Amino acid sequence: MNTQVTIAGVTFKNPVMTASGTFGSGMEYSQFVDLNELGAVVTKGVANVPWPGNPTPRVAETYGGMLNAIGLQNPGIDVFIERDLPFLAKYDTKVIVNVCGKTVEDYLETVERLGDTNVDMLEINVSCPNVKEGAIAFGQRADCLEDITSRIKKVAKQPVIMKLSPNVTDITEMARAAEAGGADAVSLINTITGMKIDIHRRAFALANKTGGLSGPAIKPVAVRMVYQVANAVKIPVIGMGGIATAEDAIEFMLAGATAVSVGAMNFVNPYATSEIVKGIESYMRRYEIEDINELIGCVK
Amino acid sequence: MFYRKKETAVVYSQTKLATGIYDCRIKTPAAKAARPGQFIGVYPKDASHLLARPISICEADSENSVLRIVYRVAGEGTKEFSGYQEKDNVAILANLGNGFPIEEATGKTVLIMGGGIGIPPMLGVAKAIKDADKHIFLGYRDIETFLSDEFLPYGSVYIATEDGSVGCKGNVLNALATTTLKPDIIMACGPMPMLRAIKKYAEENDIVAYISLEERMACGVGACLGCVCKTTHKDHHSHVNNTRICTEGPVFDAREVDI
Repeated sequence: MNTQVTIAGVTFKNPVMTASGTFGSGMEYSQFVDLNELGAVVTKGVANVPWPGNPTPRVAETYGGMLNAIGLQNPGIDVFIERDLPFLAKYDTKVIVNVCGKTVEDYLETVERLGDTNVDMLEINVSCPNVKEGAIAFGQRADCLEDITSRIKKVAKQPVIMKLSPNVTDITEMARAAEAGGADAVSLINTITGMKIDIHRRAFALANKTGGLSGPAIKPVAVRMVYQVANAVKIPVIGMGGIATAEDAIEFMLAGATAVSVGAMNFVNPYATSEIVKGIESYMRRYEIEDINELIGCVK
Repeated sequence: MFYRKKETAVVYSQTKLATGIYDCRIKTPAAKAARPGQFIGVYPKDASHLLARPISICEADSENSVLRIVYRVAGEGTKEFSGYQEKDNVAILANLGNGFPIEEATGKTVLIMGGGIGIPPMLGVAKAIKDADKHIFLGYRDIETFLSDEFLPYGSVYIATEDGSVGCKGNVLNALATTTLKPDIIMACGPMPMLRAIKKYAEENDIVAYISLEERMACGVGACLGCVCKTTHKDHHSHVNNTRICTEGPVFDAREVDI
């Protein structure tokens, strides 16, 4: 039984990854999950310099999901390279570093710094809804997205995944722009912009007023977008958005995802990633599937 | 001892202590490793409510593996918990956070201060501190002074109520002002205005104060960076002036946090 999948020449032992921002750099969840079991750890977004993030409250629960507006708090690339990468190097899993920035130059600086490290892939965050400058602006205009993708590709030593925002009219247009810019893969969906108002305090639940919605509530939107994008581009798609179980992960693969990421559900079930790896294997045994790649996009 | 798991535990007992205040004992091996001031996450069974509710540990009976939480019904999640009965299952993530530095109080005059739903964790603290001159200040809204009798064996108890129905009218600092105490150290949990006042009092009198903070959180284990607090120094993890309440806290030296 083969559970390996390959994206841009990088082979993952299985298609189960962590969604950026929900798993730190793996340290916190390594007390619950053996990181060696995972296809890849996708790190929390890192920038060229430390970012303080947004004021609190930064999180709020909503029906079947949650809103967050962390604001990409991160310690900066220096600490990340010194502390987080050596930690991840101890594990037999692939490392995908999520890169964020406010200007194109910020992204390029971080991407170049990572060039000499042992990370396997880069995921470019052009879709965070919670930072005001840069970031999502690159991910909401096709010409900007194509431009930043091609500029990053010129300096990147590792394959580049562009992480797409669902907060656009036509996500396939954005996926095509990333592909035209030379992206090796796309990942989707980032969170959907939302809002919650506390009627008792008559105030916004989040200090940032708006936040990104994640969790099972967004899964049908994510499955639809993965399906559309997988049918619009030739590069591989990494699917995410509310994945809680192996069944959810398989649904994304049938829609066209080569790999899947588990996000907010890590908070609900810290063992989710490991359980999904095992659940996919038992699904394959149940339906006598020899190679997991048979599942990818097989529902047309 | 470090213990951290998400597990299905069993409700040992649950009683109502006051209006909207419940006392729940949970059978779990986590009790053997729990420290005063740590907290647990309690997950609602209703899957539309995803996140664990952070609830402080009131006390831990390590011998019988029973954790006690005393909580206020604040929303749908805690409303669900309040309906649990003996032998019901309850999903918990335990133990979380750092806890109070109990040993630092040894041989000292210590103020143990709790306000409202910040009172329950201070019972475990009052019990755990040994060989100290313990003065316990409890602030309530009104006559419903839940848990106050349970503090009596562990030190001198002073009560303040907002409406003046019991003890001193006002808050715990008003009650402290009626005494001539010269404390060496303070340990406190309660609403933010109370903690701000304690921080100010401690700084003015050059006393060490440990305060337990609260914030909306998602993961409870330090991954999501939802529950941060502004700090005066950059901590080892964040490298910005935002530290994680769930991991570096919830108990902080008051001088180190900007509240």
